[in-house]
Amino acid sequence: MSEQEYLSRESLRALQSERLVRLVARLYQHVPFYRERMHAKGVSPADIRGIEDLPKLPFTTKDDMRDVYPLGLLAVPLTEIEEIHASSGTTGKPVIDAYTRNDLDIWGEVMGRTLEMGGATSADIVQNAYGYGLFTGGLGVHYGAHNIHATVIPISGGNTRRQLAIMQDFGSTVLACTPSYSLYLAEAAREEGLDPAKFTLKYGYFGAEPWSEAMRTEIEKNFGIKAYDIYGLTEIIGPGVASECVEQAGMHINEDHFYPEIINPETGEVLPDGEKGELVITTISKTGTPILRYRTRDITYFMREKCACGRTTVRMHRLFGRTDDMLIIRGVNVFPSQIEEVLLRFESIEPHYQLIVDRKEHLDNLEVQIEMTSELFSDEVRDLEGIEHRIESEIASALGIHAKVRLVEPKTIPRSEGKAVRIIDKRKI
Amino acid sequence: MSVTQVSVFIENREGRLAEVSRLLSGKDINIRSLSLADSSDFGVLRLIVDNPEQCIQVLQENGFVARATPVLALEIEDRPGGLDRVLSLFSSNGINVEYMYAFVEKSHDNAIVIFKTGDNGRALDLASREGIPVIRGEALFSR
Repeated sequence: MSEQEYLSRESLRALQSERLVRLVARLYQHVPFYRERMHAKGVSPADIRGIEDLPKLPFTTKDDMRDVYPLGLLAVPLTEIEEIHASSGTTGKPVIDAYTRNDLDIWGEVMGRTLEMGGATSADIVQNAYGYGLFTGGLGVHYGAHNIHATVIPISGGNTRRQLAIMQDFGSTVLACTPSYSLYLAEAAREEGLDPAKFTLKYGYFGAEPWSEAMRTEIEKNFGIKAYDIYGLTEIIGPGVASECVEQAGMHINEDHFYPEIINPETGEVLPDGEKGELVITTISKTGTPILRYRTRDITYFMREKCACGRTTVRMHRLFGRTDDMLIIRGVNVFPSQIEEVLLRFESIEPHYQLIVDRKEHLDNLEVQIEMTSELFSDEVRDLEGIEHRIESEIASALGIHAKVRLVEPKTIPRSEGKAVRIIDKRKI
Repeated sequence: MSVTQVSVFIENREGRLAEVSRLLSGKDINIRSLSLADSSDFGVLRLIVDNPEQCIQVLQENGFVARATPVLALEIEDRPGGLDRVLSLFSSNGINVEYMYAFVEKSHDNAIVIFKTGDNGRALDLASREGIPVIRGEALFSR
Protein backbone atom coordinates (compact mmCIF):
# COMPACT_ATOMS: atom_id res chain seq x y z
CA MET A 1 0.00 0.00 0.00
CA SER A 2 1.38 3.36 -0.99
CA GLU A 3 0.67 6.64 0.81
CA GLN A 4 0.72 8.42 -2.57
CA GLU A 5 -2.67 6.86 -3.23
CA TYR A 6 -4.15 8.68 -0.23
CA LEU A 7 -2.65 12.16 -0.56
CA SER A 8 -4.78 15.26 -0.25
CA ARG A 9 -5.46 16.98 -3.56
CA GLU A 10 -3.08 19.83 -2.58
CA SER A 11 -0.20 17.54 -1.65
CA LEU A 12 -0.72 15.48 -4.78
CA ARG A 13 -0.71 18.59 -7.00
CA ALA A 14 2.46 19.81 -5.29
CA LEU A 15 4.13 16.46 -5.99
CA GLN A 16 2.90 16.42 -9.60
CA SER A 17 4.06 20.01 -10.15
CA GLU A 18 7.52 19.34 -8.78
CA ARG A 19 7.86 16.20 -10.94
CA LEU A 20 6.62 17.93 -14.10
CA VAL A 21 9.01 20.86 -13.72
CA ARG A 22 11.94 18.49 -13.30
CA LEU A 23 10.76 16.33 -16.22
CA VAL A 24 10.49 19.27 -18.61
CA ALA A 25 14.00 20.43 -17.69
CA ARG A 26 15.37 16.93 -18.37
CA LEU A 27 13.52 16.53 -21.67
CA TYR A 28 14.59 19.98 -22.88
CA GLN A 29 18.19 19.24 -22.10
CA HIS A 30 18.50 15.61 -23.26
CA VAL A 31 15.86 14.89 -25.91
CA PRO A 32 16.25 16.89 -29.15
CA PHE A 33 12.79 15.77 -30.26
CA TYR A 34 11.11 17.52 -27.30
CA ARG A 35 13.44 20.54 -27.42
CA GLU A 36 12.39 21.12 -31.05
CA ARG A 37 8.72 20.57 -30.26
CA MET A 38 8.92 23.07 -27.42
CA HIS A 39 10.66 25.62 -29.64
CA ALA A 40 7.97 25.14 -32.25
CA LYS A 41 5.32 25.84 -29.61
CA GLY A 42 7.25 28.81 -28.28
CA VAL A 43 7.54 27.37 -24.81
CA SER A 44 10.65 26.99 -22.69
CA PRO A 45 11.24 25.16 -19.38
CA ALA A 46 10.96 28.52 -17.57
CA ASP A 47 7.29 28.70 -18.63
CA ILE A 48 6.46 25.48 -16.81
CA ARG A 49 6.15 26.27 -13.12
CA GLY A 50 3.55 23.71 -12.13
CA ILE A 51 1.12 21.08 -13.31
CA GLU A 52 -1.33 23.85 -14.34
CA ASP A 53 1.12 24.78 -17.12
CA LEU A 54 0.90 21.32 -18.72
CA PRO A 55 -1.49 22.42 -21.53
CA LYS A 56 1.27 24.72 -22.84
CA LEU A 57 3.35 21.66 -23.72
CA PRO A 58 3.16 19.72 -27.01
CA PHE A 59 1.39 16.40 -27.47
CA THR A 60 3.15 13.16 -28.41
CA THR A 61 1.46 10.72 -30.80
CA LYS A 62 2.08 7.12 -31.76
CA ASP A 63 3.35 8.38 -35.13
CA ASP A 64 5.90 10.57 -33.34
CA MET A 65 7.15 7.53 -31.47
CA ARG A 66 7.44 5.63 -34.73
CA ASP A 67 9.36 8.48 -36.35
CA VAL A 68 11.99 8.49 -33.64
CA TYR A 69 12.35 4.71 -33.61
CA PRO A 70 14.26 3.11 -32.04
CA LEU A 71 15.71 5.24 -29.26
CA GLY A 72 14.97 8.85 -30.23
CA LEU A 73 13.09 9.51 -27.01
CA LEU A 74 15.86 8.29 -24.76
CA ALA A 75 16.50 10.88 -22.02
CA VAL A 76 19.49 9.13 -20.39
CA PRO A 77 22.64 7.44 -21.74
CA LEU A 78 21.86 3.93 -23.01
CA THR A 79 24.10 2.47 -20.30
CA GLU A 80 21.46 3.46 -17.73
CA ILE A 81 18.77 1.41 -19.48
CA GLU A 82 18.13 -1.96 -17.84
CA GLU A 83 15.27 -3.31 -19.93
CA ILE A 84 13.53 -2.63 -23.21
CA HIS A 85 9.99 -3.53 -24.25
CA ALA A 86 8.15 -2.99 -27.50
CA SER A 87 4.68 -3.12 -28.94
CA SER A 88 3.46 -3.11 -32.50
CA GLY A 89 3.36 0.31 -34.16
CA THR A 90 1.13 1.63 -36.91
CA THR A 91 3.36 0.69 -39.80
CA GLY A 92 5.23 -2.31 -38.58
CA LYS A 93 7.80 -0.32 -36.63
CA PRO A 94 7.38 -1.08 -32.96
CA VAL A 95 6.95 1.47 -30.18
CA ILE A 96 9.77 1.26 -27.67
CA ASP A 97 9.77 1.69 -23.92
CA ALA A 98 13.27 1.72 -22.38
CA TYR A 99 13.37 1.39 -18.58
CA THR A 100 16.01 2.65 -16.16
CA ARG A 101 16.27 1.14 -12.67
CA ASN A 102 14.05 4.01 -11.51
CA ASP A 103 11.43 3.09 -14.14
CA LEU A 104 11.47 -0.62 -13.29
CA ASP A 105 10.98 0.30 -9.63
CA ILE A 106 8.03 2.51 -10.56
CA TRP A 107 6.60 -0.30 -12.68
CA GLY A 108 6.89 -2.80 -9.81
CA GLU A 109 5.34 -0.27 -7.44
CA VAL A 110 2.32 0.57 -9.60
CA MET A 111 1.73 -3.08 -10.45
CA GLY A 112 2.07 -3.92 -6.76
CA ARG A 113 -0.62 -1.30 -6.11
CA THR A 114 -2.74 -2.88 -8.84
CA LEU A 115 -2.62 -6.28 -7.18
CA GLU A 116 -3.15 -4.89 -3.67
CA MET A 117 -6.03 -2.69 -4.78
CA GLY A 118 -8.01 -5.83 -5.60
CA GLY A 119 -7.12 -7.54 -2.33
CA ALA A 120 -4.03 -9.60 -3.18
CA THR A 121 -1.31 -9.86 -0.51
CA SER A 122 2.05 -11.52 0.01
CA ALA A 123 0.15 -14.72 0.84
CA ASP A 124 -1.24 -15.02 -2.68
CA ILE A 125 -0.10 -17.21 -5.56
CA VAL A 126 -0.26 -15.31 -8.84
CA GLN A 127 -0.71 -17.39 -11.97
CA ASN A 128 0.59 -14.98 -14.58
CA ALA A 129 -0.82 -16.04 -17.95
CA TYR A 130 0.05 -12.80 -19.74
CA GLY A 131 2.69 -13.34 -22.40
CA TYR A 132 6.29 -12.88 -21.29
CA GLY A 133 8.64 -11.21 -23.74
CA LEU A 134 8.71 -7.87 -25.48
CA PHE A 135 5.01 -7.50 -24.64
CA THR A 136 4.71 -5.65 -21.34
CA GLY A 137 1.90 -7.74 -19.82
CA GLY A 138 3.95 -10.67 -18.54
CA LEU A 139 6.82 -8.87 -16.83
CA GLY A 140 4.56 -6.05 -15.58
CA VAL A 141 2.49 -8.45 -13.49
CA HIS A 142 5.65 -10.32 -12.56
CA TYR A 143 7.32 -7.23 -11.08
CA GLY A 144 4.09 -6.30 -9.30
CA ALA A 145 3.92 -9.71 -7.65
CA HIS A 146 7.54 -9.33 -6.50
CA ASN A 147 6.75 -5.86 -5.20
CA ILE A 148 4.11 -7.18 -2.81
CA HIS A 149 6.13 -10.35 -2.07
CA ALA A 150 3.48 -12.64 -3.48
CA THR A 151 4.40 -15.92 -5.18
CA VAL A 152 4.42 -15.61 -8.95
CA ILE A 153 4.03 -18.51 -11.37
CA PRO A 154 5.46 -17.19 -14.67
CA ILE A 155 3.52 -19.60 -16.86
CA SER A 156 3.01 -17.03 -19.66
CA GLY A 157 0.19 -17.31 -22.22
CA GLY A 158 -1.26 -20.38 -23.92
CA ASN A 159 -0.92 -24.10 -23.14
CA THR A 160 -4.37 -24.28 -21.63
CA ARG A 161 -4.20 -27.82 -20.19
CA ARG A 162 -1.00 -26.99 -18.38
CA GLN A 163 -2.58 -23.79 -17.05
CA LEU A 164 -5.39 -25.85 -15.54
CA ALA A 165 -3.06 -28.47 -14.10
CA ILE A 166 -0.76 -25.86 -12.51
CA MET A 167 -3.74 -23.90 -11.23
CA GLN A 168 -4.92 -26.95 -9.29
CA ASP A 169 -1.52 -28.37 -8.28
CA PHE A 170 -0.19 -25.09 -6.87
CA GLY A 171 -3.52 -23.74 -5.65
CA SER A 172 -3.22 -20.45 -7.54
CA THR A 173 -5.27 -17.71 -5.91
CA VAL A 174 -4.78 -14.95 -8.48
CA LEU A 175 -5.22 -15.18 -12.23
CA ALA A 176 -3.78 -12.54 -14.54
CA CYS A 177 -4.52 -12.76 -18.28
CA THR A 178 -6.76 -11.26 -20.94
CA PRO A 179 -10.46 -11.45 -20.01
CA SER A 180 -11.27 -13.55 -23.05
CA TYR A 181 -8.59 -16.07 -22.21
CA SER A 182 -10.01 -16.49 -18.71
CA LEU A 183 -13.36 -17.52 -20.18
CA TYR A 184 -11.60 -19.87 -22.55
CA LEU A 185 -9.83 -21.43 -19.54
CA ALA A 186 -13.15 -21.89 -17.73
CA GLU A 187 -14.63 -23.62 -20.72
CA ALA A 188 -11.59 -25.86 -21.15
CA ALA A 189 -11.86 -26.78 -17.46
CA ARG A 190 -15.48 -27.82 -17.86
CA GLU A 191 -14.57 -29.89 -20.90
CA GLU A 192 -12.16 -31.80 -18.69
CA GLY A 193 -14.97 -32.39 -16.23
CA LEU A 194 -13.73 -29.76 -13.74
CA ASP A 195 -15.79 -27.03 -12.09
CA PRO A 196 -13.76 -23.80 -12.31
CA ALA A 197 -15.84 -22.29 -9.49
CA LYS A 198 -14.26 -24.87 -7.16
CA PHE A 199 -10.71 -23.75 -8.00
CA THR A 200 -8.77 -21.89 -5.30
CA LEU A 201 -8.78 -18.64 -7.30
CA LYS A 202 -9.93 -15.50 -5.43
CA TYR A 203 -9.07 -12.60 -7.75
CA GLY A 204 -8.51 -12.02 -11.43
CA TYR A 205 -6.73 -9.05 -13.04
CA PHE A 206 -7.77 -8.63 -16.61
CA GLY A 207 -6.67 -6.20 -19.28
CA ALA A 208 -4.95 -5.70 -22.64
CA GLU A 209 -8.26 -5.83 -24.51
CA PRO A 210 -11.71 -4.25 -24.25
CA TRP A 211 -14.32 -6.03 -22.18
CA SER A 212 -17.65 -5.29 -20.59
CA GLU A 213 -19.64 -5.52 -17.37
CA ALA A 214 -21.46 -8.52 -18.86
CA MET A 215 -18.14 -10.30 -19.34
CA ARG A 216 -17.14 -9.39 -15.79
CA THR A 217 -20.28 -11.01 -14.45
CA GLU A 218 -19.62 -14.11 -16.51
CA ILE A 219 -15.99 -14.40 -15.41
CA GLU A 220 -16.87 -13.84 -11.76
CA LYS A 221 -19.60 -16.48 -11.90
CA ASN A 222 -17.42 -18.98 -13.74
CA PHE A 223 -14.52 -18.91 -11.30
CA GLY A 224 -16.25 -17.58 -8.20
CA ILE A 225 -13.78 -14.66 -8.08
CA LYS A 226 -13.65 -10.88 -8.12
CA ALA A 227 -12.61 -9.74 -11.59
CA TYR A 228 -10.77 -6.42 -11.97
CA ASP A 229 -10.17 -4.23 -14.99
CA ILE A 230 -6.60 -3.01 -15.39
CA TYR A 231 -5.27 -0.46 -17.86
CA GLY A 232 -1.91 0.29 -19.33
CA LEU A 233 0.02 0.73 -22.55
CA THR A 234 3.58 0.19 -23.66
CA GLU A 235 4.04 3.85 -24.58
CA ILE A 236 3.51 4.79 -20.93
CA ILE A 237 4.94 1.85 -18.98
CA GLY A 238 2.81 -1.23 -19.75
CA PRO A 239 0.11 -2.39 -17.31
CA GLY A 240 -0.01 -0.36 -14.09
CA VAL A 241 -1.31 2.97 -15.38
CA ALA A 242 -4.72 2.48 -13.76
CA SER A 243 -6.72 -0.29 -12.12
CA GLU A 244 -9.84 -1.04 -10.13
CA CYS A 245 -10.05 -1.37 -6.37
CA VAL A 246 -12.48 -3.70 -4.56
CA GLU A 247 -15.28 -1.16 -5.16
CA GLN A 248 -15.03 -1.87 -8.91
CA ALA A 249 -16.13 1.70 -9.55
CA GLY A 250 -13.71 2.91 -12.19
CA MET A 251 -9.94 2.54 -12.41
CA HIS A 252 -7.73 4.54 -10.04
CA ILE A 253 -5.04 6.24 -12.09
CA ASN A 254 -1.59 6.19 -10.51
CA GLU A 255 -1.47 9.92 -11.08
CA ASP A 256 1.60 10.53 -8.94
CA HIS A 257 3.47 8.90 -11.85
CA PHE A 258 1.11 9.21 -14.81
CA TYR A 259 -0.57 12.56 -15.01
CA PRO A 260 -3.86 12.23 -16.89
CA GLU A 261 -5.82 14.73 -18.95
CA ILE A 262 -9.01 14.36 -20.99
CA ILE A 263 -9.03 16.35 -24.22
CA ASN A 264 -11.35 17.02 -27.10
CA PRO A 265 -9.71 14.84 -29.78
CA GLU A 266 -10.64 17.33 -32.52
CA THR A 267 -9.35 20.54 -30.92
CA GLY A 268 -6.84 19.27 -28.37
CA GLU A 269 -8.52 21.41 -25.71
CA VAL A 270 -8.53 20.07 -22.14
CA LEU A 271 -12.02 19.08 -20.97
CA PRO A 272 -13.44 19.45 -17.46
CA ASP A 273 -13.82 16.40 -15.20
CA GLY A 274 -16.77 14.21 -16.08
CA GLU A 275 -16.69 15.01 -19.78
CA LYS A 276 -15.93 12.21 -22.16
CA GLY A 277 -12.89 12.59 -24.40
CA GLU A 278 -9.45 11.27 -25.30
CA LEU A 279 -7.15 10.24 -22.48
CA VAL A 280 -3.74 11.94 -22.54
CA ILE A 281 -0.95 10.90 -20.19
CA THR A 282 2.35 12.47 -19.13
CA THR A 283 4.88 10.22 -17.38
CA ILE A 284 6.03 12.73 -14.79
CA SER A 285 8.46 10.46 -12.91
CA LYS A 286 10.02 8.19 -15.55
CA THR A 287 13.63 8.76 -16.58
CA GLY A 288 14.38 6.34 -19.48
CA THR A 289 11.88 7.30 -22.17
CA PRO A 290 9.51 9.78 -20.50
CA ILE A 291 6.61 10.99 -22.61
CA LEU A 292 4.88 14.38 -22.67
CA ARG A 293 1.12 14.38 -23.15
CA TYR A 294 0.79 11.07 -24.94
CA ARG A 295 -2.43 10.81 -26.92
CA THR A 296 -3.70 7.34 -26.07
CA ARG A 297 -6.67 7.51 -28.49
CA ASP A 298 -8.67 5.78 -25.75
CA ILE A 299 -11.98 7.40 -24.83
CA THR A 300 -13.04 7.70 -21.19
CA TYR A 301 -13.95 10.27 -18.54
CA PHE A 302 -12.71 11.11 -15.02
CA MET A 303 -14.44 10.61 -11.70
CA ARG A 304 -13.03 12.90 -9.06
CA GLU A 305 -15.29 12.07 -6.08
CA LYS A 306 -13.58 10.25 -3.25
CA CYS A 307 -13.77 6.48 -3.61
CA ALA A 308 -15.28 4.33 -0.83
CA CYS A 309 -11.91 2.52 -0.63
CA GLY A 310 -10.34 5.74 0.72
CA ARG A 311 -7.93 6.35 -2.15
CA THR A 312 -7.89 9.92 -3.35
CA THR A 313 -6.53 9.29 -6.85
CA VAL A 314 -8.72 10.17 -9.81
CA ARG A 315 -10.63 7.30 -11.41
CA MET A 316 -11.25 6.70 -15.09
CA HIS A 317 -14.30 4.93 -16.48
CA ARG A 318 -13.95 1.65 -18.33
CA LEU A 319 -12.92 2.51 -21.91
CA PHE A 320 -15.65 3.54 -24.33
CA GLY A 321 -13.68 2.90 -27.49
CA ARG A 322 -11.04 4.65 -29.53
CA THR A 323 -10.63 7.77 -31.61
CA ASP A 324 -8.83 5.81 -34.34
CA ASP A 325 -9.46 2.49 -36.07
CA MET A 326 -7.14 0.38 -33.96
CA LEU A 327 -8.41 -3.12 -33.24
CA ILE A 328 -7.29 -5.21 -30.31
CA ILE A 329 -7.13 -8.86 -31.28
CA ARG A 330 -6.19 -11.34 -28.58
CA GLY A 331 -4.39 -8.51 -26.81
CA VAL A 332 -2.43 -7.45 -29.91
CA ASN A 333 -2.94 -3.95 -31.31
CA VAL A 334 -3.80 -4.09 -34.98
CA PHE A 335 -4.27 -1.16 -37.34
CA PRO A 336 -6.00 -1.82 -40.66
CA SER A 337 -3.18 0.19 -42.28
CA GLN A 338 -0.71 -2.52 -41.20
CA ILE A 339 -2.74 -5.19 -42.98
CA GLU A 340 -3.07 -2.95 -46.02
CA GLU A 341 0.67 -2.51 -46.14
CA VAL A 342 1.16 -6.28 -46.21
CA LEU A 343 -1.43 -6.66 -48.99
CA LEU A 344 0.21 -3.97 -51.10
CA ARG A 345 3.39 -6.04 -51.20
CA PHE A 346 1.46 -8.44 -53.44
CA GLU A 347 1.32 -6.65 -56.76
CA SER A 348 -1.70 -8.44 -58.14
CA ILE A 349 -3.87 -7.62 -55.14
CA GLU A 350 -6.18 -4.66 -55.45
CA PRO A 351 -6.76 -2.68 -52.30
CA HIS A 352 -10.25 -4.09 -51.87
CA TYR A 353 -10.17 -5.85 -48.56
CA GLN A 354 -12.19 -6.04 -45.39
CA LEU A 355 -11.36 -7.16 -41.88
CA ILE A 356 -13.95 -9.24 -40.08
CA VAL A 357 -13.41 -9.67 -36.37
CA ASP A 358 -15.40 -12.20 -34.45
CA ARG A 359 -15.15 -13.86 -31.09
CA LYS A 360 -15.62 -17.64 -31.12
CA GLU A 361 -15.41 -19.67 -27.93
CA HIS A 362 -14.17 -16.50 -26.22
CA LEU A 363 -11.20 -16.07 -28.55
CA ASP A 364 -10.88 -13.34 -31.15
CA ASN A 365 -10.66 -14.34 -34.77
CA LEU A 366 -9.56 -12.08 -37.57
CA GLU A 367 -10.56 -12.83 -41.13
CA VAL A 368 -9.09 -10.81 -43.98
CA GLN A 369 -11.31 -10.89 -47.04
CA ILE A 370 -9.60 -9.99 -50.30
CA GLU A 371 -11.32 -9.55 -53.61
CA MET A 372 -10.24 -11.83 -56.44
CA THR A 373 -8.81 -10.15 -59.53
CA SER A 374 -8.05 -11.44 -63.03
CA GLU A 375 -4.33 -11.08 -62.30
CA LEU A 376 -4.57 -13.10 -59.10
CA PHE A 377 -6.81 -15.80 -60.51
CA SER A 378 -5.55 -19.26 -61.30
CA ASP A 379 -7.87 -22.09 -62.18
CA GLU A 380 -6.04 -24.35 -59.78
CA VAL A 381 -7.29 -24.47 -56.23
CA ARG A 382 -3.80 -25.31 -55.02
CA ASP A 383 -2.42 -22.03 -56.40
CA LEU A 384 -5.22 -20.01 -54.82
CA GLU A 385 -4.76 -21.70 -51.46
CA GLY A 386 -1.04 -20.98 -51.81
CA ILE A 387 -1.82 -17.28 -52.20
CA GLU A 388 -4.00 -17.35 -49.08
CA HIS A 389 -1.27 -19.03 -47.08
CA ARG A 390 1.43 -16.66 -48.31
CA ILE A 391 -0.62 -13.65 -47.23
CA GLU A 392 -1.40 -15.31 -43.89
CA SER A 393 2.27 -15.88 -43.16
CA GLU A 394 3.21 -12.32 -44.20
CA ILE A 395 0.57 -10.98 -41.82
CA ALA A 396 1.81 -13.28 -39.07
CA SER A 397 5.39 -12.09 -39.44
CA ALA A 398 4.46 -8.41 -39.72
CA LEU A 399 1.85 -8.26 -36.95
CA GLY A 400 2.44 -11.34 -34.85
CA ILE A 401 -1.13 -12.57 -35.15
CA HIS A 402 -2.80 -15.31 -37.11
CA ALA A 403 -5.39 -14.05 -39.55
CA LYS A 404 -7.49 -16.22 -41.81
CA VAL A 405 -7.23 -14.97 -45.38
CA ARG A 406 -10.25 -15.57 -47.54
CA LEU A 407 -10.48 -14.81 -51.25
CA VAL A 408 -13.88 -13.45 -52.24
CA GLU A 409 -15.56 -12.57 -55.52
CA PRO A 410 -15.01 -9.11 -56.98
CA LYS A 411 -17.31 -6.29 -55.88
CA THR A 412 -18.57 -8.20 -52.85
CA ILE A 413 -16.90 -5.89 -50.33
CA PRO A 414 -19.15 -2.87 -49.83
CA ARG A 415 -17.91 0.38 -51.33
CA SER A 416 -19.00 3.59 -49.81
CA GLU A 417 -18.70 7.22 -50.73
CA GLY A 418 -15.49 8.46 -49.18
CA LYS A 419 -14.18 6.09 -46.57
CA ALA A 420 -14.31 2.38 -47.29
CA VAL A 421 -15.83 0.15 -44.66
CA ARG A 422 -12.68 -1.71 -43.71
CA ILE A 423 -13.69 -3.26 -40.45
CA ILE A 424 -16.64 -5.32 -39.37
CA ASP A 425 -16.36 -6.03 -35.69
CA LYS A 426 -18.91 -8.68 -34.78
CA ARG A 427 -17.61 -9.16 -31.25
CA LYS A 428 -20.28 -8.67 -28.65
CA ILE A 429 -18.28 -7.19 -25.84
CA MET B 1 -5.64 -28.21 -81.40
CA SER B 2 -6.44 -27.47 -77.78
CA VAL B 3 -9.92 -26.77 -76.47
CA THR B 4 -10.88 -23.54 -74.70
CA GLN B 5 -12.16 -24.11 -71.21
CA VAL B 6 -13.77 -21.34 -69.18
CA SER B 7 -12.50 -21.11 -65.59
CA VAL B 8 -14.57 -19.15 -63.06
CA PHE B 9 -13.84 -18.13 -59.46
CA ILE B 10 -16.81 -18.85 -57.21
CA GLU B 11 -17.20 -18.22 -53.51
CA ASN B 12 -18.66 -21.01 -51.44
CA ARG B 13 -21.86 -19.12 -50.87
CA GLU B 14 -25.44 -20.04 -51.45
CA GLY B 15 -26.65 -19.32 -54.96
CA ARG B 16 -23.35 -18.48 -56.64
CA LEU B 17 -23.29 -21.59 -58.84
CA ALA B 18 -26.94 -21.01 -59.72
CA GLU B 19 -26.06 -17.45 -60.71
CA VAL B 20 -23.56 -18.80 -63.27
CA SER B 21 -26.03 -21.25 -64.75
CA ARG B 22 -28.70 -18.54 -64.87
CA LEU B 23 -26.41 -16.16 -66.78
CA LEU B 24 -25.39 -18.84 -69.28
CA SER B 25 -28.93 -19.97 -69.80
CA GLY B 26 -29.96 -16.37 -70.49
CA LYS B 27 -27.44 -16.23 -73.34
CA ASP B 28 -28.34 -19.67 -74.69
CA ILE B 29 -24.90 -20.98 -73.90
CA ASN B 30 -24.76 -24.75 -73.75
CA ILE B 31 -22.60 -26.46 -71.11
CA ARG B 32 -21.12 -29.68 -72.46
CA SER B 33 -19.01 -30.61 -69.48
CA LEU B 34 -17.96 -29.15 -66.18
CA SER B 35 -15.93 -29.78 -63.10
CA LEU B 36 -15.85 -27.97 -59.79
CA ALA B 37 -12.76 -27.98 -57.60
CA ASP B 38 -13.18 -26.43 -54.20
CA SER B 39 -11.51 -25.49 -50.94
CA SER B 40 -13.43 -24.69 -47.78
CA ASP B 41 -14.23 -21.15 -48.86
CA PHE B 42 -14.09 -20.96 -52.62
CA GLY B 43 -14.34 -23.06 -55.74
CA VAL B 44 -13.05 -22.99 -59.30
CA LEU B 45 -15.67 -23.91 -61.84
CA ARG B 46 -14.34 -25.27 -65.14
CA LEU B 47 -16.72 -25.28 -68.08
CA ILE B 48 -16.62 -26.56 -71.63
CA VAL B 49 -19.24 -24.53 -73.50
CA ASP B 50 -20.19 -23.98 -77.11
CA ASN B 51 -19.28 -20.29 -77.07
CA PRO B 52 -16.39 -19.64 -74.65
CA GLU B 53 -15.83 -15.99 -75.67
CA GLN B 54 -19.41 -15.01 -75.07
CA CYS B 55 -19.48 -17.06 -71.88
CA ILE B 56 -16.46 -15.20 -70.45
CA GLN B 57 -17.92 -11.88 -71.49
CA VAL B 58 -21.26 -12.41 -69.82
CA LEU B 59 -19.63 -13.68 -66.63
CA GLN B 60 -17.20 -10.75 -66.46
CA GLU B 61 -19.96 -8.27 -67.10
CA ASN B 62 -21.73 -9.69 -64.10
CA GLY B 63 -18.78 -9.35 -61.78
CA PHE B 64 -17.21 -12.79 -61.99
CA VAL B 65 -13.52 -13.38 -62.50
CA ALA B 66 -13.48 -15.71 -65.52
CA ARG B 67 -10.78 -16.60 -67.97
CA ALA B 68 -10.02 -18.90 -70.90
CA THR B 69 -7.75 -21.84 -70.16
CA PRO B 70 -6.42 -24.09 -72.93
CA VAL B 71 -7.01 -27.79 -72.20
CA LEU B 72 -6.81 -31.04 -74.16
CA ALA B 73 -9.77 -33.19 -75.07
CA LEU B 74 -8.79 -36.80 -75.76
CA GLU B 75 -10.83 -39.79 -76.78
CA ILE B 76 -10.13 -42.70 -74.56
CA GLU B 77 -11.17 -46.27 -75.18
CA ASP B 78 -13.99 -47.19 -72.82
CA ARG B 79 -12.46 -50.43 -71.52
CA PRO B 80 -10.10 -51.44 -68.70
CA GLY B 81 -6.69 -49.87 -69.27
CA GLY B 82 -8.00 -47.10 -71.51
CA LEU B 83 -7.19 -44.24 -69.16
CA ASP B 84 -4.03 -45.94 -67.98
CA ARG B 85 -2.63 -45.87 -71.51
CA VAL B 86 -2.83 -42.07 -71.60
CA LEU B 87 -1.67 -41.42 -68.05
CA SER B 88 1.30 -43.81 -68.42
CA LEU B 89 2.26 -42.05 -71.61
CA PHE B 90 2.21 -38.66 -69.87
CA SER B 91 3.97 -39.82 -66.75
CA SER B 92 6.75 -41.65 -68.60
CA ASN B 93 7.37 -38.44 -70.53
CA GLY B 94 7.43 -36.24 -67.44
CA ILE B 95 4.16 -34.47 -68.12
CA ASN B 96 2.26 -33.52 -65.00
CA VAL B 97 -1.53 -33.71 -65.12
CA GLU B 98 -2.82 -30.75 -63.14
CA TYR B 99 -6.41 -31.86 -63.34
CA MET B 100 -8.75 -33.88 -65.54
CA TYR B 101 -12.43 -34.62 -65.81
CA ALA B 102 -14.63 -36.65 -68.12
CA PHE B 103 -17.45 -35.81 -70.45
CA VAL B 104 -20.68 -37.49 -69.52
CA GLU B 105 -21.43 -38.16 -73.15
CA LYS B 106 -19.50 -40.78 -75.07
CA SER B 107 -18.01 -40.57 -78.55
CA HIS B 108 -18.95 -43.90 -80.15
CA ASP B 109 -17.40 -46.47 -77.83
CA ASN B 110 -14.88 -44.05 -76.44
CA ALA B 111 -14.99 -41.69 -73.45
CA ILE B 112 -13.94 -38.06 -73.76
CA VAL B 113 -11.59 -36.81 -71.05
CA ILE B 114 -10.40 -33.23 -70.56
CA PHE B 115 -6.77 -32.79 -69.40
CA LYS B 116 -4.93 -29.77 -68.11
CA THR B 117 -1.22 -30.60 -68.07
CA GLY B 118 2.00 -28.84 -67.26
CA ASP B 119 2.87 -28.83 -71.00
CA ASN B 120 -0.20 -29.06 -73.19
CA GLY B 121 1.80 -28.73 -76.44
CA ARG B 122 3.98 -31.77 -75.76
CA ALA B 123 1.08 -33.75 -74.36
CA LEU B 124 -0.78 -33.13 -77.59
CA ASP B 125 2.15 -34.26 -79.76
CA LEU B 126 2.58 -37.41 -77.69
CA ALA B 127 -1.10 -38.28 -77.90
CA SER B 128 -1.21 -37.77 -81.67
CA ARG B 129 1.94 -39.85 -82.18
CA GLU B 130 0.47 -42.68 -80.08
CA GLY B 131 -2.72 -42.59 -82.12
CA ILE B 132 -4.90 -41.32 -79.25
CA PRO B 133 -7.67 -39.29 -80.88
CA VAL B 134 -7.46 -35.59 -80.03
CA ILE B 135 -10.73 -33.70 -80.34
CA ARG B 136 -10.88 -30.13 -81.59
CA GLY B 137 -13.04 -27.57 -79.89
CA GLU B 138 -15.55 -27.22 -82.73
CA ALA B 139 -15.82 -30.98 -83.01
CA LEU B 140 -16.98 -31.24 -79.41
CA PHE B 141 -20.14 -29.40 -80.28
CA SER B 142 -20.87 -30.80 -83.73
CA ARG B 143 -21.54 -34.29 -82.53
